[in-house]
Amino acid sequence: MSRTDALVDADWVQAHADDPTVVLVEVDEDTSAYDAGHIAGAVKLDWRSDLQDPVRRDFVSKEGFEALLSARGIANDETVVLYGGNNNWFAAYAYWYFKLYGHGDVRLLDGGRKRWELDGRPLVTDVPQRPATQYRATEQDASIRAYRDDVLAAIGTTGLVDVRSPDEYAGRLLAPAHLPQEQSQRPGHIPTARNIPWSKAANEDGTFRSDDELRALYGGAGVDLDGDVIAYCRIGERSAHTWFVLHELLGLPNVRNYDGSWTEYGSLVGVPVQLGDEAGQPAGGAA
Amino acid sequence: MCGARVGGRSLDGVDTGAEAVIEGVVRAGGSPVAGAYVRLLDTGGEFTAEVPTDADGAFRLFARPGRWTVRVLAPGREPAQRAVVADTGAVATLDVDV
Repeated sequence: MSRTDALVDADWVQAHADDPTVVLVEVDEDTSAYDAGHIAGAVKLDWRSDLQDPVRRDFVSKEGFEALLSARGIANDETVVLYGGNNNWFAAYAYWYFKLYGHGDVRLLDGGRKRWELDGRPLVTDVPQRPATQYRATEQDASIRAYRDDVLAAIGTTGLVDVRSPDEYAGRLLAPAHLPQEQSQRPGHIPTARNIPWSKAANEDGTFRSDDELRALYGGAGVDLDGDVIAYCRIGERSAHTWFVLHELLGLPNVRNYDGSWTEYGSLVGVPVQLGDEAGQPAGGAA
Repeated sequence: MCGARVGGRSLDGVDTGAEAVIEGVVRAGGSPVAGAYVRLLDTGGEFTAEVPTDADGAFRLFARPGRWTVRVLAPGREPAQRAVVADTGAVATLDVDV
């Protein structure tokens, strides 16, 4: 996997506007932006109501994903181009999710909605009508998803990357600062995790930094680019952005996204937590 | 729930006594700018949050007490930024011209 297989720019999207083998998908947690205006031809996916099980905390089943994509008119052999707001966080999560269920050709639109809007490119309100398909998913690819026991086993042994902001990592904030801070989890981070905020991988217009810059960023922060990595954040969408960078752009062989992330880990009983700006020792503690 | 809502989260139901709120309006030539991107940067310049402005050009952030930089990207404009100090239980108001 490399940048040319995984990423397209806005000019590419506009050049493929009438390409029947390409389907654009806008993904966000709040899809009101799609309703107000989206890239021509794009269908929408709601991160919560479409991609999350309505009862327990998990993904929709393989059969549920098949039914969802069939209803949206997405076929197995089509190139799916994902984009969204929030610097493509939820689009990157959907990219990882499509890979988890085995979709062959998935791409991200570099810069997502933000770069598209800042460039003044056109948005429409027409909702495309796509005939239903018979989509078939694979079983989940367990090699790209980490669970809490994997993370506990990784403390002090495997590369853990916390991609939240420095204030969330240290425990001074419990959520990104566009959200109220009243949360039920303990503040802090998983001991021995390095803090490399997702935002360092992106320019301020939301596009990804160059491969050379990205290698220098993660290598310089002490990540073994030949070793195993688990990325996490608060609910797994910002860490999907970093998973995309490490696994899809830089081609690291074994990168997993811990989608339980801090909202799970910070609520577990009896696990070590580290406060402050340092990665800390495996037993955790206050800085 | 982790994404940013256009204009920022409402204060309805929020214990504002426990929050350090930063809010304001982005304007160009005196008129509100909808769809500008308001970025909250910490004292190290590191990204902490971002919200798009609403139809009235308004934004709201929930910071921690301390010094911050609010940086604004808007279509067809040069980026603009202003410093702000947030305090728990207070609403720091700042408007940014682009």
